Amino acid sequence: MQIFTCPFCGPRPETEFHFGGDLGNARPEGFRAVSDADWSRYLYHRRNEKGAVREVWMHMTCGELFAMERDSVTMEAAPGQALHGDAP
Amino acid sequence: MTRHYSAFSLLREGITGQKGWEPAWRSPEPKPRYDVIIIGAGGHGLATAYYLAKNHGITDVAVIEKGWLGGGNTGRNTTVIRSNYFYPESVALYDLALRLYEGLSKDLNYNIMLSQRGMLNLVHFPADMEMAARLTNAMQINGVDAELLDRDQVRAMLPIYNYGPDARYPVAGGVLQPRGGIARHDAVAWGYARAASRAGVDIIQQCEVEDFIIEGGRCRGVRTSRGAIRADRVGMAVAGHSSVMAAKAGFSLPLISYALQACVSEPVKPVLDCTVIAPGPATYASQSDKGELVVGGALDRIPSYGQRGNLPVLQNVVAGLIEMFPAFRQLKLMRQWAGIVDVAPDSSPIIGESPLPGLFLNCGWGTGGFKAIPAGGTLLAHLLATGEHHDISRPFDLDRFATGRLIDEAAGSGIAH
Repeated sequence: MQIFTCPFCGPRPETEFHFGGDLGNARPEGFRAVSDADWSRYLYHRRNEKGAVREVWMHMTCGELFAMERDSVTMEAAPGQALHGDAP
Repeated sequence: MTRHYSAFSLLREGITGQKGWEPAWRSPEPKPRYDVIIIGAGGHGLATAYYLAKNHGITDVAVIEKGWLGGGNTGRNTTVIRSNYFYPESVALYDLALRLYEGLSKDLNYNIMLSQRGMLNLVHFPADMEMAARLTNAMQINGVDAELLDRDQVRAMLPIYNYGPDARYPVAGGVLQPRGGIARHDAVAWGYARAASRAGVDIIQQCEVEDFIIEGGRCRGVRTSRGAIRADRVGMAVAGHSSVMAAKAGFSLPLISYALQACVSEPVKPVLDCTVIAPGPATYASQSDKGELVVGGALDRIPSYGQRGNLPVLQNVVAGLIEMFPAFRQLKLMRQWAGIVDVAPDSSPIIGESPLPGLFLNCGWGTGGFKAIPAGGTLLAHLLATGEHHDISRPFDLDRFATGRLIDEAAGSGIAH
């Protein structure tokens, strides 16, 4: 069992967390003006990097989204960071 | 030298001291230029090379492999072959693979030990029988064998399952694909490698692709750990590492890489003569010819490139298995491992030209790549030879993520990817 650290609840088992995608994948502005390709990038395309990754995760038991830096090979995970406003 | 495998050659070599066998494939030095380069010597890459030679007469081909051939997901899967999908596009794809598998041992002169012992999808509750009937009907309409079984028929076929009154995963019925089954996974890789090598294909192992050669906006080859190799058409079949290769080529893919685990028990006498999946615990099992129970389940839920699994998923799989088959509680697990699978948002593969012209994709097979190997090879070979889609691969182009014509098999056939 891997332990992830929720910025609000502290260290908790991995089964309480849900992957939420790449950090910084902002929803395109201007609904109708957005091209099919840009919608596709936002909705489906992922960086899916090998090594250091910056991701959004949800701690399902408290319902909060937060940012987490991990290594997708060693699976080492830094403590989660609270998201502030629109950043990053 | 003995090239053809047969009872006669076995007898002759037995009499003459087994000295005449030639290596199953050559290991040549890479040439500076080929007509076609294929990245990845797993099942899909090797099958692509074989069908380029067989169907299109293109033999000036290199298959480049970072490690050893068949050492990725081709050697890590649970060897299940089936085409029990919902959408016509998927059935056309996976049944092409199944039909090719049915003739593959003869075609390759290599025994892939195909055993069409039946693929049984259990149904736990009476209400779920509606969906089971829908899947059975869809398969039959699409021209694939499928039978809807009631509880008694499942019980006759699978007597060791837990049918007790307090069973956690009861049985209301099942969907059987009689042509489904298992094959020897290593033999598929080795058989294609041998046949491709004999046709003139160079299989270059221990050669890592470091970058693409891009000239005039087109892919013109690859830079590898053993030097530059040029070709005007490049195909990639690298499963879990597809996004890593795509980043080198300057584009992204709608894929996430996850670890998928499997495990095997110690060998026992024959107890299970079909491949069975129970959707409740999302656990499936079959028994290998050696007697080991080969067991798998759902994906690990944490994106990963580490080829090992996490304990919570393994616990779920094993807990599900011993609920399904209480007799298996006494068995010891011998090995557990994981492969890295590239999962697309609609649980269907991506086949077609990439955003970099001259580079063609065969990826996104998720948890179901092994069963599709002959089709993936046929279709990528068609693309590399003609530059055009085969009718069967067209719906699986990358453009479906912009047009919205997704082929959502996770929803369609309810098969967990």
